[in-house]
Amino acid sequence: MLRSGVIAKKLGMTRLFMEDGRQVPVTVLSLDGCQVVAQRTVEKDGYTAVQLGAGAAKAKRTTAALRGHFAKANVAPKRKLVEFRVSPENLIDVGAEISADHYAEGQFVDIAGTSIGKGFAGAMKRHNFGGLRASHGVSISHRSHGSTGQCQDPGKVFKGKKMAGHMGAARVTTQNIQVVKTDADRGLIMVKGSVPGSKGGWVTIKDAVKKPLPENVPTPAAIRSDAAAEAPAEGGEE
Amino acid sequence: MNLIAQLEAEQIAALGKNIPDFKAGDTVRVGYKVTEGTRSRVQNYEGVCIARKGGNTIAASFTVRKISFGEGVERVFPLYSTNIDSIEVVRRGRVRRAKLYYLRNRRGKSARIAEVTNYKPKSE
Repeated sequence: MLRSGVIAKKLGMTRLFMEDGRQVPVTVLSLDGCQVVAQRTVEKDGYTAVQLGAGAAKAKRTTAALRGHFAKANVAPKRKLVEFRVSPENLIDVGAEISADHYAEGQFVDIAGTSIGKGFAGAMKRHNFGGLRASHGVSISHRSHGSTGQCQDPGKVFKGKKMAGHMGAARVTTQNIQVVKTDADRGLIMVKGSVPGSKGGWVTIKDAVKKPLPENVPTPAAIRSDAAAEAPAEGGEE
Repeated sequence: MNLIAQLEAEQIAALGKNIPDFKAGDTVRVGYKVTEGTRSRVQNYEGVCIARKGGNTIAASFTVRKISFGEGVERVFPLYSTNIDSIEVVRRGRVRRAKLYYLRNRRGKSARIAEVTNYKPKSE
């Protein structure tokens, strides 16, 4: 019962006022033409997955090889391509566009994105070290990490020692984020709390691995059809 | 207008709140919904608005200060909170700054605010 995820763009954060007086901080994620570009099948590839594409890329700036790949699927060139493992019965037709009601309100999802880069960061910022004292003879090294080990024995710094270095701009997954609201017309998914990455960054949304899947989610996917919304199982426009 | 601003504008419209024109220095009475167990009632909180933040956006808030049993009490209300039943302007004050944090250091006579006698409502 592995369902496909979706590719979304982080638009930013806002808040929602609920009827019962609660305020919920939400991140707004937008599905921007999230279409199936290719399928991976057991016969051909040895596993099952769907390759989704999102965003609009200029055909002129797409490589010829990728142009051929998109032409085969009969979809417009995409900015972002991501593969999602699915179980065989949840394969989606090539060309189908996934809509925002793929996720049920209240459902939990895992969201992965590229975190905001912090550059070369010190140990205090990077690993929450405490730093040195402000006074009592400490000079110049107030934000340093202090000792990195012992003495002649072992005579080395252990591997994995937390030190200053590059921070951020790495793939980060946040688990168990709750979906607060979906807007299929505009392709918006609002999730509670923050999501890794900057505004305008691409994120992937998947059903939470650590929470049970609710009953009312559409399988294999909620397909966006330009005509009236039919049963979500069909509707691949090839 | 970007999509986030549009969503916020839509939500403000959907909430349909009637926010009176008030600013720092005005004395306001805020009807705040309080739930006790299963019953819910409206509690009035009256005091001087000493700050308004966030303009008219969805994240806007205002701070109301009053002296309760000799102790200064400040409460921050989200402007568009669904817990706010009503906002009523009791008295309009004449002040020369947007944030009246100086009132925290004053008590008695020096903490008074003169009333505006020639208040004209803004025509929308």
